[in-house]
Amino acid sequence: MNSTSPSATLTPAVESDSRPTVLEILHSWVVTVDHKKLGLMYISYGLLFFVVAGLEACLMRFQLAFPNNTLVSPQVFNQLFTLHGTTMVFLVGMPILFGFANYLVPLMIGARDLAFPRLNAFGFWLSAFGGILLYFSLIGGMGMTGAGSAPDVGWFAYSPLTAKAFSRGHSTDYWTLGILVGGFGSIATAANLVTTILCMRCRGMTLGRMPLLVWLNLVMCGMVLMVISPLTAAQIMLLLDRFLGSHFFDTQAGGSAVLWQHFFWIFGHPEVYVLILPGFAFASEIIPVFSRKAIFGYPVMVGATVAIAFVSFGVWAHHMFTVGMTSVGNTFFAISTMLVGVPTGIKIFNWIGTMWGGKIRLATPMLFCIAFLFQFLIAGLTGIMLAIVPFDWQLSDSYFVVAHFHFVLVGGLLFTIFGAIYYWFPKATGRLMSEGLGKWHFWLFVIGFHITFDTMHIPGLLGMPRRIYTYDAGRGWDLWNLICTVGVVFQGAGVLCFVANVLRSLVKGTPAGNDPWDAWTLEWATTSPPPEYNFAEAPVVRSRRPLWDLKHPSDPDWHYE
Amino acid sequence: MLAAADPNLIPSIFRPESVPAHAIHELSLFVLAVTAGIFVVVFGLIAYATFRFRRRPDDDGREPAQIYGSNPVEVAWTTVPLLIVVVLSLATARVIQQVQNAPKPASAVDVELVGHQWWWEIRYPKLGIVTANELHVPVSSPGRPMPTFLDLRSADVIHSFWVPRLAGKTDLVPNRRNHMWIEPQRTGLFIGQCAEYCGTQHAKMLLRVYVHTPEDFDRWVREQKAPAGVPPAVAPGRRVFEQTACVNCHALSGTIADGRFGPDLSHLMSRETLGAGALTNSAAGLKDWIRSPDRFKPGVLMPAMNLPESDLDQLVAYLATLK
Ligand code: HEC
Ligand SMILES: [Cu+2]
Repeated sequence: MNSTSPSATLTPAVESDSRPTVLEILHSWVVTVDHKKLGLMYISYGLLFFVVAGLEACLMRFQLAFPNNTLVSPQVFNQLFTLHGTTMVFLVGMPILFGFANYLVPLMIGARDLAFPRLNAFGFWLSAFGGILLYFSLIGGMGMTGAGSAPDVGWFAYSPLTAKAFSRGHSTDYWTLGILVGGFGSIATAANLVTTILCMRCRGMTLGRMPLLVWLNLVMCGMVLMVISPLTAAQIMLLLDRFLGSHFFDTQAGGSAVLWQHFFWIFGHPEVYVLILPGFAFASEIIPVFSRKAIFGYPVMVGATVAIAFVSFGVWAHHMFTVGMTSVGNTFFAISTMLVGVPTGIKIFNWIGTMWGGKIRLATPMLFCIAFLFQFLIAGLTGIMLAIVPFDWQLSDSYFVVAHFHFVLVGGLLFTIFGAIYYWFPKATGRLMSEGLGKWHFWLFVIGFHITFDTMHIPGLLGMPRRIYTYDAGRGWDLWNLICTVGVVFQGAGVLCFVANVLRSLVKGTPAGNDPWDAWTLEWATTSPPPEYNFAEAPVVRSRRPLWDLKHPSDPDWHYE
Repeated sequence: MLAAADPNLIPSIFRPESVPAHAIHELSLFVLAVTAGIFVVVFGLIAYATFRFRRRPDDDGREPAQIYGSNPVEVAWTTVPLLIVVVLSLATARVIQQVQNAPKPASAVDVELVGHQWWWEIRYPKLGIVTANELHVPVSSPGRPMPTFLDLRSADVIHSFWVPRLAGKTDLVPNRRNHMWIEPQRTGLFIGQCAEYCGTQHAKMLLRVYVHTPEDFDRWVREQKAPAGVPPAVAPGRRVFEQTACVNCHALSGTIADGRFGPDLSHLMSRETLGAGALTNSAAGLKDWIRSPDRFKPGVLMPAMNLPESDLDQLVAYLATLK
């Protein structure tokens, strides 16, 4: 709870000596404005939807395991990939990342909470409501008839598929409203984090001494503020089309289908970086600690992040190389897209530079980060292939693209999220997660990931488009699809180990102490879990690694920075 | 379970048979070589760093030397990627130019392709031919260049034309005209399918491209232009057709049917498949299809017409004569 608000301490649940009842605990979570509780709620909410969207993916993979399979109908399949994509981006990725930012940013900059704790709660509940709206379409999509239906327009909902003529009922409206509402939540939280980072750093923490995680989240939130707006505008225009008879995207009345694509991808491409920058942030904290070395090239890492953000606003039309742009337009977006690869490459090199000459502890968080480096390398390279316009004319909208962005979002983002959970779980709960189960989780998941997604490139190269609910035997795709599906089983087993690990560790994990990893940033200076007010005394820092300075008073960082 | 696929029908992008597909293929091999090189180097670095610098069991517990960065190294690993980007950009621009701005020779065949949920309308404006789902084009040779230039449009939502062995894909966008071309250099059958999600039956929107010798192509054109004769024996079937709602959705030359919602049926039996590849075309298949299109293509926009069995037989007997 916000320690500056006097009413907070009057809550009876906190004051009374007797143990709080379940209702009181629940109540304290619902009304909380504490950044740590909200952070954990964001993360739990994201993980819950992660399981839902994961099950949707399983169903799709089982359907595609064999040619002409009839496990699900075409309608259901189309709903599954729409929900899977929308859920993973808006209800899993964003909430988990905002959750971590919420939890960690104030601790890392030595603050007691976010700048606007109530706005923070508001943002969370808006996002949560958005998710519920989306899934409510399963009940209310067909309106009063009671026959539910889910949106089946794909996660980027290309017009005019979303026009009333092609999408009857209300499932598309639930999709639109869910994203619209969630978007307001994201804007609120992003504005809050930016303000917090700019105004509430502890004494001595100049911008140049902020942990990289904070820098990356600052850039990420800045991007959120810019990209959600075109998305919101587009959703409102779509609502106007569907309800008030405007014709922005209504091609039957002179509207433009390509216009929607511009709006959507001007959001959608930077959004990829909004999702991956926090992944970079986790890696930038975990890799140094487990290599026992300061991050290599800190100023360059910050510069590269800003460069990525900047360039990523000029690449959106690389999603549109097949819509018939001019050769000049195509060439421009090819070059700008390849340019993003340069700062991204710099980051990978700097992480390797950090590991170089270190003493690498291969604990679970680090394993996930090393796998991330390797997988993100591949994602980047297939990304270059997709930027080569003529090559993209073949690869676009094929399973190759599906494999590519799963390398980015699973092989890149999800791996770092797992790493981050193993790394900060002890801080949030006071208990370590089991290394044994963690290794099982890691290896099963890595193996499953590579069986599924390495293989998935191949049917794309053999001409298999994405988003088809079935295919004929004899196109050369059967074997590859079967292998992809087999990998899912391993990934599922890995996730089960993870869930078991979380539950087990919550109850009987080894007590962690304040600083189980011998780390260097401020969150490890307070207790695990941290008290409501984070730090009894506002910390003062003199370098990027305040705890290193404490532990090595004869050789502190500020001699070198 | 794993049917042995006819390798010629696997639409692999690495087995191009048409000029633009070849241009793309060459570029893609170059890009693959460059990226493979990067992969080997960077993967090697990651693997080496992990292995070489892992903490040993006999570690003395001291922290390693702290290195905060190095400007020369940063400059090096910024410059090299930049140079690679320059090279790749030049190569890309060249092929974009070559494919997108290719001049159209006078001998080119013109085709209008209109995407529909979930089938392809194919029109040859200069030849006066309308057909569906199966595109016939002549082979092109240096001595006799006969590329096919496609004018792409859509009647409803966005679709995408993709026959991987002949060319990359180009979208069919409603309210907009796109252009592309193919120039096959070998006769045969090439399979592709709609590559932009377009609704329920996006999966069953296949496209077959038949590449003929110029002589065979001319014969096909003549057959398509010949009016479909109606043998007297099937006149009752024709009556059934004309008295049913079929005529509102389908066109059939020589009858009152002039609908454009569904495929033109004038030379129906010259096609090898029905329903954009949903089933093989034959009298029996036709009957099953008309009785219940949904069975082959759930969600299809052609309704089951619930014709009495005798009408259905007569109708199919008539349609089966439309060579
Ligand atoms: C409401 C409009 C509609 C009506 C009425 C209709 N059809 Fe169709 N028909 C279609 C559409 C649309 C398709 C394309 C379906 C697809 O491939 O997705 C089609 C496809 C066909 C095909 C397959 C053509 C091909 O080349 O693949 C045949 C044959 C056919 N219809 C015959 C008939 C007959 C005979 C009747 C009357 C008994 C009829 N249709 C009534 C809309 C209609
Ligand atoms: Cu289509």
